[in-house]
Amino acid sequence: MISMQKVSKVYPNGVVAVDDLDLEIRDGEFLYVVGPSGAGKSTFMKMIYREEKPTAGQLLIDGLDVGKIKDRHVPKLRRQLGVIFQDFKLLPTLTVYENVAFALEVVGADTSSIRKQVMDVLNLVGLKNKARNYPDELSGGEQQRVSIARAIVNKPKLIIADEPTGNLDPETAWGIMEVFEEIHRRGATIVMATHNRDIVDKIRHRVIAIENGKVVRDEEKGAYGYDI
Amino acid sequence: MIFKTGLRHLREGFKGTLRNGWMSFAAISAVTITLLLVGVFALVMFNINEISDNVENDVEIQVFITRTADENSVEKLGENIEQVPGVSTVTFSSKEDELAKFQDQLGDDAAAYGTVEKDNPLHARYIVKAQDPTELEEVAKSVGSLDNVDDVKYGKDYIDKMFAFFNGIRIGGLALIVGLTLMAMFLISNTIKMTIFSRRREIEIMRLVGAKNSFIRWPFFIEGLLLGMLGALVPILVIYFGYDVAYSALQPSLDQLNSDIFKLIDPSTLTVQVSLVLLALGAFIGIWGSTTSLGRFLKI
Repeated sequence: MISMQKVSKVYPNGVVAVDDLDLEIRDGEFLYVVGPSGAGKSTFMKMIYREEKPTAGQLLIDGLDVGKIKDRHVPKLRRQLGVIFQDFKLLPTLTVYENVAFALEVVGADTSSIRKQVMDVLNLVGLKNKARNYPDELSGGEQQRVSIARAIVNKPKLIIADEPTGNLDPETAWGIMEVFEEIHRRGATIVMATHNRDIVDKIRHRVIAIENGKVVRDEEKGAYGYDI
Repeated sequence: MIFKTGLRHLREGFKGTLRNGWMSFAAISAVTITLLLVGVFALVMFNINEISDNVENDVEIQVFITRTADENSVEKLGENIEQVPGVSTVTFSSKEDELAKFQDQLGDDAAAYGTVEKDNPLHARYIVKAQDPTELEEVAKSVGSLDNVDDVKYGKDYIDKMFAFFNGIRIGGLALIVGLTLMAMFLISNTIKMTIFSRRREIEIMRLVGAKNSFIRWPFFIEGLLLGMLGALVPILVIYFGYDVAYSALQPSLDQLNSDIFKLIDPSTLTVQVSLVLLALGAFIGIWGSTTSLGRFLKI
């Protein structure tokens, strides 16, 4: 799915965010990315959805060299993956339904198929009866479910989640993780950056730890491994 | 599908205008005020142009013929004047015509000058018009050097000053219109920048879910177009009905001057033209404002 070979990212101000990183992520894998703040996790994630370009090395997604694609081909890449953030990034002026439908309208899907797909995916995240509500009428957990629904409505094979439970209380976080588990069971590859020790320790998946822009640990069914 | 996407852009453009109500209102007001000024100045300019054209075309050279010239040489002089380069029309006015005109002007007092009919002191003259009123001086000089010409008059200083005055008004008015238009463009571009800034989150999300730049651009393009054209609405109405009112109020009193010079342009043709220009200008300002503001938000 994702193959990184000697990938580096040096920002114009000289900061080395990712340093000569090698990594293989297989199809259908669930990968936790852990590490201290400022260790390069966010840059690592951003390079996958081409918000940042590597300054050296090769980053392949399904054989496509993401660092080399032209700006105008970026939309095509983004449609094949779903991105989820800590702060949800929902539009407050749109209803739940409209927020999710947004991702399909952009592709130019027709109204009836949008309707079906959006309702299906809202059903999956358990928000079918909140379709007409606005984001500020929902709890944090529910808002994150909406943003997950938006990310998966295109049926992407790859989901990038940057601390999706960072703003949520522990109980709500578990609920969100159940949604991710369900998406994973349906075959999607998931790359999730997180600081949530409980989740990483209880729902075991492959764990990589990034420090100073390098992978310092890579374990199948690993633990969080940092003391708080 | 393209049609459907087009409808979406249209809908989003309208929605955006409504959603950012106050910002839109500010942008529309900026365009309205500017176009109102541009429209009024355009009308004034067109009329000043018309009047100055009338004046220019009305300027004549008076060629006074030597009193001793016989009929043949007067006729010959007429032909010679027509040969002078730059002359457009030559009209003859005999001593008797001149006297009749003179008496006409005097009205009832004409009887007091009864004796002049027997011994007419006036010159017969040719009235010459130049093809290009600004070449009056050269034409007058050439005509003055012909035989049997007693004197040539065309009010040199007066005419030169008048032309300078009209040119000044034209250039000043044009500069004002250009300046106002630039100001409106600046205002609308700033306002749309603010609209876009307030929607940068929306743009960010659009890009995240894989919207093409053109897809992001269209609604703003339509929004700008809409703001510009809505801004043109009030000025067009004001121009359309206002000029009609002004025309019917002013023209009758100008008609009393009994002159070919002070004629305002008929509203029927002028207002439609000016309205169309204002609409086009509004649309142009709006589109320009939105497209120039979008650029930096679309960098991936």
